[in-house]
Amino acid sequence: MSERAAALGAAPFAGARVKQINHRDLLLGAIFALIGAGFVIASRSLDLGTAQRMGPGLFPLLLASVLMLLGIAIAAQSFFTVEQPVGQVPWRGLVLILAAPVLFGITVRGLGLVGAVALAVATSTFASRRAGLMLGGLLTVGLTIFCVLVFSYGLGLPIPLRGPWLWF
Amino acid sequence: MELLGNLALGFSTALLPVNLFYCFVGVLLGTLIGVLPGIGPTATIAMLLPITFAFSPATALIMLAGIYYGAQYGGSTTAILINLPGESSSAVTAIDGYQMARQGRAGPALATAAIASFFAGTVSTVILALFAPPLSRMALKFGAAEYFSLMVLGLVCSVALAHGSILKALAMIVLGLLLGLVGTDIYTGTPRFTMDLPELADGLSFVAVAVGVFGLAEILRNLENERDRAVAVKRVTGLMPTMADLRAAAAPILRGTMVGAILGILPGGGAILASFASYTVEKRLSRTPERFGKGAIEGVAAPEAANNAGAQTSFIPMLTLGIPANPVMALMIGALIIQGITPGPKVAIDQPALFWGVITSMWVGNLMLVLLNLPLVGIWVWMLSIPYYVLFPAIIAFSAIGVYSVNSNSFDLYTVAGFGFLGYVLVKLGSEPAPLLLGFVLGPLLEEHLRRAMIISHGNWLVFVQRPLSAALLFIAVLVLAVTLLPAVSRKREQVFVEED
Repeated sequence: MSERAAALGAAPFAGARVKQINHRDLLLGAIFALIGAGFVIASRSLDLGTAQRMGPGLFPLLLASVLMLLGIAIAAQSFFTVEQPVGQVPWRGLVLILAAPVLFGITVRGLGLVGAVALAVATSTFASRRAGLMLGGLLTVGLTIFCVLVFSYGLGLPIPLRGPWLWF
Repeated sequence: MELLGNLALGFSTALLPVNLFYCFVGVLLGTLIGVLPGIGPTATIAMLLPITFAFSPATALIMLAGIYYGAQYGGSTTAILINLPGESSSAVTAIDGYQMARQGRAGPALATAAIASFFAGTVSTVILALFAPPLSRMALKFGAAEYFSLMVLGLVCSVALAHGSILKALAMIVLGLLLGLVGTDIYTGTPRFTMDLPELADGLSFVAVAVGVFGLAEILRNLENERDRAVAVKRVTGLMPTMADLRAAAAPILRGTMVGAILGILPGGGAILASFASYTVEKRLSRTPERFGKGAIEGVAAPEAANNAGAQTSFIPMLTLGIPANPVMALMIGALIIQGITPGPKVAIDQPALFWGVITSMWVGNLMLVLLNLPLVGIWVWMLSIPYYVLFPAIIAFSAIGVYSVNSNSFDLYTVAGFGFLGYVLVKLGSEPAPLLLGFVLGPLLEEHLRRAMIISHGNWLVFVQRPLSAALLFIAVLVLAVTLLPAVSRKREQVFVEED
C-alpha cells in the first residue's frame, strides 16, 4: 500500500508508464556474474577429467557458469522491475565493525588475549553513534574482564593472556 | 517396545548431571538471545560452536539444540511485550500478541505462547522418536546417486521456500556451493581457488563464514537505524489464561503443531516459515478473521506452537540423513564433524546414546523453558532495557574469541570480516543469507557423491534416472521447481511472507 502511494506521489504527472531500472538488482546481478566469471577463469587451469573420473575442475566450472548465467538473468530482470530503495548505509559502523575482528586477528599473538579483546571491543563500541568516550571505556574494561573470566578461567581456552609484544 | 528401550537410553543420557547442566545453559542462553532483538540463534550457535569442542558429542549437541528451541520461547516475550520480533520466527506473534498486551492481557498472551510451545515441543519430540529410526534405516540403503539426488531435492526445496526472488536464492546457493569447494580436492590433492594461500588449503572455515554472514552482517543491518526500545508493559500480572482462552487456543495449538512439524522437516523450512504459514492457516480457517491483528489469541497460539515444532522437527533430516534443512542444522553438522562424527544414517546406530540423548533432552529442555519463561518473565523484561550499543561489542568479542579458538589461526578472523562485508552487501541488495550457508555445507558433499556415482556407473550420466529412488527424488525436485515458478503460486509465496506488514 504505502509503496504504491509513494510511487504515485513521486510521479504525479506521469501519464504514461515511466521506464524504471531496479539498480539494486542490477548491481546484485553484476556481482554474481563477476564472481561467477572469476571462478570460471580460475577453474580453467584445473583438470576437467572424464565423465567416469571427473577431475577437480569439472564441477566448479559447471557451477561457476551457472552462477554467471544467474547473475546475468538477475541483471536483465532489473530492467523490467520497479526501483527499490537501498536505504542508508552505516558507514562508520561498516568500517569499525569489520576492522574489529581483523585487529583481533593481527594482535592476538603479539598482545595476547587481554590486549586483543580490549582492542576489538574498543574499536567496535564506536561503531554506534550513541557511545561516548566514557561509556566506551567502561564497556572495554568490563567486557575484557568478563571474556577473560568466561573463556580463559571458565572454559579453559588455551590462548595466552599476554603476548611477546608486551614488555612489562 | 524398542522405542521404550531407546527412550530409556535417551533419558539416561539426557539426565546425566553434566548434560542437564548444559541443557540448562543452552535453553537459558537461547531464551536470552531470543528475548534480545538483533542476535539470533544462528549467530549464537556459530559463536559457541568452537567451545563445544571440549565437551562430549552428546553434551555439545544438547546445548546447541537448547539454544535453538530456547530462542523460540524467548522470541515470543519480546514480540508480545514490545512489538518487535526478538527472533524472526516470532514476527507474526507480535501482530496479535502486542495487541493483547495493550489490552492488558500480556499475562495470558505470554502463558498461551509458553503452553503452545511446550505442547508443540512435546509432540515433536515424539514425532522425532517415531520417525527418525525408520528414516535412518532407509537412508542406509542409499547409494551415491541417491544421496546426490536427495541433496538436489533439498536445495531445490530450500529455494522454493526461501523468502523473495527465486533467481536470487538460486544464485546464493550456487555461490555457497562454489565457496564450499575452495581448498584441496579430496580425490587428486589439487589445490582449488586457494590463491596460493596456505591458509586456504583446508578450505574456508565454516564457523568464520557463518559468523561473518549471520553475526557481523546482522549487526550492520541493526546499525542502520538505531532506536530505543519502549517496553509497553513494565509489570506483567495475572499470568493464568481463562478457561475461555484455553478453549479458543486449543485447536490452533494442535494445527500449529502439525503445520510446524511438517514444514520443519522440509529443507529451507524450520521455525520461521512454520510460524508464518500457521498464522495464515488460522486466519483462513477462522470464522472471524477480522479479529486477527486486534488481539486474537489464536494468532499467538498457532505460530508459537508452529515455530517450536518446526525448530525441533528440522533435526530429523539432520540426524537421519546428515543433510541440513536450515543454517542452524548446518551448524549442528559442523559440531558433529568437529567432534569427529560423520553425520548420516550411521549416527543412530553407532552413537545411540548421542542420538536418543539429544532427542529426549529436547523434552527435558522444554520443561525447563516453561519454568524459565513464565515465573521469571520479569527478568527477561528487565533484560530488554539493555541497549544495543552495549550488546554488539560483546557479540564481536565472543565471535572473535570463538572463531580464533577453532584453529588458533588469525586468517579465520580476516575471513569473518570478508564474509561480514560480502554478506552485508548481498543482504542489502535483497538476497537471503540462509541459502548461501546451506550451499556452503552441501558443496563438498554434493561433488563427492556426484563423482562417486559417476565412477561406479563407469561414466554413465543416466545413472541418476535409472536408479528408481534417485529418479523419484529428482522428479520431485523438478516438480517442486516447476510448481514454484507457476505464476499463481509465486504470487501466493509473496503473500505468505508479506503477512507481517
